[in-house]
Formats: sequence, structure tokens, C-alpha cells
Amino acid sequence: MKITHADVEHVSRLARLALSEQEIDSLTCEMDAILDYVDQLNSLDTEGIVPTAHAVPMENAFRADEVKPGFTPEQALSNAPDAAENAFRVRRVIE
Amino acid sequence: MNEHYETVIGLEVHVQLTTRTKIFCGCSTEFGRTPNSQTCPVCLGLPGALPVLNRKAVEFAIRTGLATNCRIAPRSIFARKNYFYPDLPKGYQISQFELPVCEHGWLDIDLEDGGVKRIGITRAHMEEDAGKLIHGETPETAGSSLVDLNRACTPLLEIVSEPDMRSADQAIAYLKKLHQIVVYLGVCDGNLEEGSFRCDANVSVRPHGQKAFGTRAELKNINSFRFIKQAIEYEVERQIDLIESGGKVIQETRLFDSNTGMTRSMRGKEEAHDYRYFPDPDLVPLVISQEWIAEVRATLPELPEAKRRRFVEGLGLSTYDAEVLAADRKLADYFDACVTLAKDAKSCANWVMGEVLRKLKETDTAITSAPVTPEMLSGLLARIADETISGKIAKTVFEQMWQNGEPADRIIEAQGLKQVTDTGEIEGLVDQVIAAHPEQVSEYLSGKDKLIGFFVGKVMQASQGKANPGMVNQLLKKKLHG
Repeated sequence: MKITHADVEHVSRLARLALSEQEIDSLTCEMDAILDYVDQLNSLDTEGIVPTAHAVPMENAFRADEVKPGFTPEQALSNAPDAAENAFRVRRVIE
Repeated sequence: MNEHYETVIGLEVHVQLTTRTKIFCGCSTEFGRTPNSQTCPVCLGLPGALPVLNRKAVEFAIRTGLATNCRIAPRSIFARKNYFYPDLPKGYQISQFELPVCEHGWLDIDLEDGGVKRIGITRAHMEEDAGKLIHGETPETAGSSLVDLNRACTPLLEIVSEPDMRSADQAIAYLKKLHQIVVYLGVCDGNLEEGSFRCDANVSVRPHGQKAFGTRAELKNINSFRFIKQAIEYEVERQIDLIESGGKVIQETRLFDSNTGMTRSMRGKEEAHDYRYFPDPDLVPLVISQEWIAEVRATLPELPEAKRRRFVEGLGLSTYDAEVLAADRKLADYFDACVTLAKDAKSCANWVMGEVLRKLKETDTAITSAPVTPEMLSGLLARIADETISGKIAKTVFEQMWQNGEPADRIIEAQGLKQVTDTGEIEGLVDQVIAAHPEQVSEYLSGKDKLIGFFVGKVMQASQGKANPGMVNQLLKKKLHG
């Protein structure tokens, strides 16, 4: 097994996913199978091939440094579950 | 400080680039506006929004890379750094990981013993800033934190040094040097308080002679050079005390508290260090051609170090004077303009560092808005050089130039400050002074040579400072001995 139960638990915690034991078990198998599948690439000689960073063969999409109109604070906050003083409001986070 | 231990410091500096707009969208980067008034779907991280790279930010990164002796990567990519925090709307920060835009640079710092030390720069990568968290202070917001995303997506260049520094002083020397360079380049406003130039310090200690590094602590949240020094020095003591008392340093992030001068552990962030970087599929690779690099290189200004060298070797200034004048690009430009006009570099340096800097400080004025321009100052220096006025009177004239914005010649003319070089007129004054002080004259003649200063002073006073001091001296001696 390339992926262990503990790996899935760890990754789900990082991704803030609350998974049941059952889900973790089945995901462990599925993710392991995916890695096995991708492992087939190891049978090829990839010497000298640049790792793919992007699926589209394209480079340098730029914009000029010009200010474009955006949202008003009201618009920006229109989907916020909670807001105060023109800001998104969340539970207090302080170290 | 325990002499059995050696301090090892590496620095990560976040330089906020002075582009008008954010790194991946057209929102303004202006500081201090109404919260969330500079946002759009991209920097709010709304689904389906597509980030597009600001070309100017890349140009600034190249500039900085070249000025810090880095190799500019012909191809670099952007990656997602995944973590959750309320100031990060997308749940990831767009950064660079495997292929950063700049690598393998260095800066030379001057050591206190007069030596020079080369500090390696591992890499510099582009990334977006997070938003700002304001912790509620009113009764209504006391239990909450408020998120302002105006700063989210502002372009940063994170410059990572090698662990080459061995003391807090070396760290400060490196930071000041880097700070001066990015401000000179015009890629950063350099404002530490507003967070435009932020520093994290990785600090560890090890017994002298040990090859392996000790376990390091990462110090965050430090917004002045003085605090950085304090934080490092405190942390070094803490780690040595810990080891000496049989404890072990643990790798962690520590916050500096400027009120107590201490660092404290920021618990519970260990797991968050698993960032699971991967190439951002929204952004295509960044390819920088040799032509583009050459183009940027051609626009680099003369850097502080080169300027200092030119001031010393080319203009004959002292190291100290060159240091002061080259510290600020605008001040150096002012000085250079004066020298071009007035030629005499030393007197330009004296005046710029003396009167000009004093007035700037007194009136809290920026050098670029000084009422006395280089043209005006050189006009004044010309009158000193041709002996129209003495250096002392020149200071009075300068004061009035500063207040009225009038050229030296007009003030000298209008107030009759022209130096008296007419022998007859000075002779008259000398005679008066000698006649009025017979006691001093006899003392002088009996060998009290120092009294000559007294007579010169009296004559200068009688002429209201306008007599040529050299001539006064000469005539006095002649008359007293005659």
C-alpha cells in the first residue's frame, strides 16, 4: 500500500474534511489505486523531459499595471455570512 | 552572550512591490483605504475567477534580482501553497516553490571591524500577500476578527538568504543594505511600519566548531530594525540558556513582543506547515528572455555601493561623507546636481550635509521639495568662492534663501552683504578698534599673540561681518606691529 489510513486522515484534516472511518477506508483504497495507475509512467524513459507545469502549451499571459474598477465594499460583502465595519467578520483569531 | 556558542541567522524578507495594481488583478494597491473597497472576484477568491500576472511585478522582480546578483530564471512557475486562515480567501496562496524567479544571489555587508562579508541569497520568489485581520475592539466586535481584503493579492517578493549571518549586527547590516537597494530601485517604498518591508528571522545556536546547525526558531512580527536586533538577541540568549540547563530547542514559530522585548511560542501551527504545494493550473509558466533581462538591466540606477565608491574615488569625499550622501537616492541626486554646477565637491558635500540636511530635518521637508534647489545652492557657493561673501555670511544668506526662495545674488545685493575688500574701509575700522583697546594692544605687544583673535572679532563686528577676514588679519598685524 502506498497510501495508508493515517495518510488519508492527515490529508483530510489539512483539507478540513470530516470523514467517517468508513470513508477513510474506502478513500485509502481508491487513492492507492490512483497512485498505482500513475505508477505506470515509471515504465517509460522520461530522461530529459521537462516536468509538465501546465497542461496547455502556453507561456507568459500578462496584464498591464492599470487599475480596473472592482467591487464596492457592499458588493464585496454581499455574500459574506457575517460582516461588520465594512469587513468580513469571523470568529476571533488571535495568537 | 555565552562565548561557547555561535549564532546562525538566516533571513526571509517580504518586499512589497510598488506596482499600482495587485499581482493577479487590476485592483489598486493603495494603502489605508476603506476596508474591502479594493477588491474584485480574483482577489476575493470567488469561484471561476482567473488570475492574470501583472507584467510590472515581474519587471520589479527582475530588477531586484539583478541588483542582488541573482540568476534570473529563464522559466519559472507559480504554485499553490495550501493552508486555511481567515485572511486567505482562496484557501491557498499563489506563490513560487520549485522554480522561483531569482536564485543564487549575494550581497556584501560591511563588518564592524572594517572587513566585508558576503551573504548568500538562496532565492527570491514572487507571491501574493494575504489580507489584513483586525481584531475587534468595540463591544459589538470584541469576540470577532474583521477581515479586510484590500491587501490580499498585493505583489510580494520574498527574498531568502542563506544562514550566513553570525550576529544580530550582521543581520541588521544585511537588512539595511537590502532595504536601501529596493528603495533605490524604486520597487518598494521601504515603509517598515506599514509592512512594505517585513522580516522573518531564522535563528539557531551551536557550539563553536560544530558543523551541523542547531534547531532553529522562526521569529515573526518584527517591524523595525531595532526590534529585529532585540528579537534576535533575546532569542539567542533564550536558546543558550535552554541548552545550558539541559533543555532542547524545538523548531517553532515565535512572535516578538515589542512591549516585553521577548519572543513567545506560537503554538498549534506545526501541522499547518504541510503546505502541499503544486503548480497552479490557472497560471501559465513565466518565461523571461535574455532580451527582457538586458532591457531591465539597462534601466537599473547606479546603486548605493557604486555611488559611494564614485563619491570617494571620483570626488575625493571621505568614506563617512560618501556614506551619508549615498544613503538616500534623492539626496545623492541633489548632491550630484550641486557638484555638476558648482564643481567643488567638498564644499557641496559640506553644505548639503550641514545646512541642507539641518533645514530639512528642522522643517520636516523632503529633499525633493527643498526650497533651495541645487541651482540656488551652487549660486551661493559661487559667491563664497569668488569672495563676494564670507562663509559665515553665507549661512545667513542660505537661511533667507530657504525662507524666501530667492537666489543668493538678490539677497546679497538687496541687503548689502557684499564682503568689504576695500583696503581703505577696513583700515579705518582697524584703526578704530586699536584706538579703543589700548590695554589689549600693549598685552598683545608684550607677547600675548592669541589676542589677535580678539581684534579680528572686534573688526568683523564693526563691519557687521562683511569685512574680508583674511584682509582684516593682515591689516591688523601690520598696524599693531607697525
